[in-house]
Amino acid sequence: MNIINIEHIAKVYQVGFEEVHALRDVSIRIDKNEYVAIMGPSGSGKSTLMNVLGCLDTPTSGKYDFNNQNVSEMNDNQLAKIRNKEIGFVFQTFNLLPRSDALHNVELPLIYAGVPTAERKERAKQALIDVGLENRIHHKPNELSGGQRQRVAIARALVTNPSIILADEPTGNLDSKTGEEIMLLFNEIHCKGNTIILVTHEEYIAEHAARIVRLKDGLVESDEKVLNRYIPKLNSANVN
Amino acid sequence: MYTILFEIRESLLIALRAIRANKMRSILTMLGIFIGVTVVVLMSTAIKGIDNAFQTGMSALGSDVLYIDKWAWFEHDEWWKMRNRRRIDMNDFYAFKEQAKLPLAVAPVINSRQTVKFGDNRIENVFLNGSNSDYVQTTNFTFSMGRFYSEIESNSARHVAVIGSDVSNTLFPRGDALDKEIKIGGVNFRVVGVLDEQGSWILGNFNPDKQVFIPIGTIFKNFQNQSFGTITINVRAANPLLLEETKIEAEGIMRKIRGLTFNEENDFSINQQEGLASQIDQTVGVIQFVGFFITGLSLFVGAVGIMNIMFVSVKERTKEIGVRKAIGAKRRTILGQFLFESSTICLAGGLVGLIAALLLSKIVNQFLPTSVQWDAVVIAIVVSLITGLIAGIAPAYTAAKLDPVEALRYE
Repeated sequence: MNIINIEHIAKVYQVGFEEVHALRDVSIRIDKNEYVAIMGPSGSGKSTLMNVLGCLDTPTSGKYDFNNQNVSEMNDNQLAKIRNKEIGFVFQTFNLLPRSDALHNVELPLIYAGVPTAERKERAKQALIDVGLENRIHHKPNELSGGQRQRVAIARALVTNPSIILADEPTGNLDSKTGEEIMLLFNEIHCKGNTIILVTHEEYIAEHAARIVRLKDGLVESDEKVLNRYIPKLNSANVN
Repeated sequence: MYTILFEIRESLLIALRAIRANKMRSILTMLGIFIGVTVVVLMSTAIKGIDNAFQTGMSALGSDVLYIDKWAWFEHDEWWKMRNRRRIDMNDFYAFKEQAKLPLAVAPVINSRQTVKFGDNRIENVFLNGSNSDYVQTTNFTFSMGRFYSEIESNSARHVAVIGSDVSNTLFPRGDALDKEIKIGGVNFRVVGVLDEQGSWILGNFNPDKQVFIPIGTIFKNFQNQSFGTITINVRAANPLLLEETKIEAEGIMRKIRGLTFNEENDFSINQQEGLASQIDQTVGVIQFVGFFITGLSLFVGAVGIMNIMFVSVKERTKEIGVRKAIGAKRRTILGQFLFESSTICLAGGLVGLIAALLLSKIVNQFLPTSVQWDAVVIAIVVSLITGLIAGIAPAYTAAKLDPVEALRYE
């Protein structure tokens, strides 16, 4: 079953008097429980594609079906609802609210979803426990290490049980060891049945995924399965 | 319905979190509204207090009393005409008293300003009233000690005096004024009565508690030449409803006494407390207008400050707004958050300002009479809330319509 089905998507930006074709003609299908990496050099359109896939932006032309709903014709409020319920974002710079503790950061999407207080506290707490932060629930972002911050962000992405996790360079701001731990966490999440889309420009990060889509100049250059996929070792998972 | 309430509650909680997270900024923002509301409430309190003092002072004058005088008290246009009027003398008074049927009491009054002494204590520039024993019936005087002078004392021009509370307090700090011999302008008088305090503060240089009352005969004998001074005839109507009829009767009698023909103008004026009341109302009105204009201005400046800070706050939190939108905040959620934030700040500032104003009014009460106006309190709260909403709406709208992609990219 397709979760994401985009057909002939184009995105044109108006910069001054010039038109910039960030995406020219992109068609991708992503199934449930896939682990896809989107790669490409800067300027290839991968950020734009990620924004479109994440319903942060709408394509100029083309069709985008998300869970059989036509996203390309939705208004702001409907898009907000899709982002809230169906998509979990993980950003390179974590993007946590700096003055709120881990628990509040994680419960925020549930607030917007209208989940009652007691239930959402419970769910947020559980999500933090799931990413191994049971001892950091009331810490603020500046009291956490980079890896821990990214774990909070991942907990925030997972707490609404979204259809897809959209990760934009999730290891970009982390050292390689911490990055590896985060990738291991993604692997676990994938194994639990989640769909993950990973945007990166680093080959060895992309090789954690099962499929790599390469973009160039707003077009799909290649779309193939990873033959020798890198599976992180579980024994390094216990290092927190 | 439930969803809306839930959203309002959550927006409010998020706003409170943001306020707590930015304490310094929130406090500085509150300051603008705090000052505005403090000044507005204090102002209205003081204005009402002054107004009340006037009313108290006025009721001492008596609302049902007419004052027949050479001068019109509240019209200054025809001063040169009134200057040439004949004076009103004791003969006019006797004739008037003889003929007037409606008044409850009629009394002649003539004034002087004198220094009053007892031993080493002295009080200067005391308002000295000469009248007869009926005078007390044209007033609402109450006595803390003694009585008003009697008809016999009045008619035989005895040296007796009734003193106001300020005079008593200055000359007799121990409150033992009765039967003491005081010197008024160097002449001995015996104190027979002390008046209750009437409220020592009233506009201008007239202080009702700094008066002394003596028989009119003694004032003519010692302080005023009877053949020059013009007297005022105080006429008290039997009741306030008869005031108009009493006035018509008084005008007729006075015209007859003065021998005016039908085509001659009155050469006297009949004054009423009403004239004073309308003048005071005017004055209070002006004070009120100026006061509220200035304080309104300070509230406005406060509102502009809040708008400015909210704009900065939106700019500063662009990324946060982007994150919130990415994880599912709708436009109206963001709008609500910022509106709640600004109105909560304003409301808090308003409430603190209110408390400060109420405390300050207790202090100001030492110098000026104050009276807390509960409608002003309600208005202050509503105004600060509305100020917050208005100051917040533009920045909140800006925040709500931010493009999430742009906002997330903002550093």
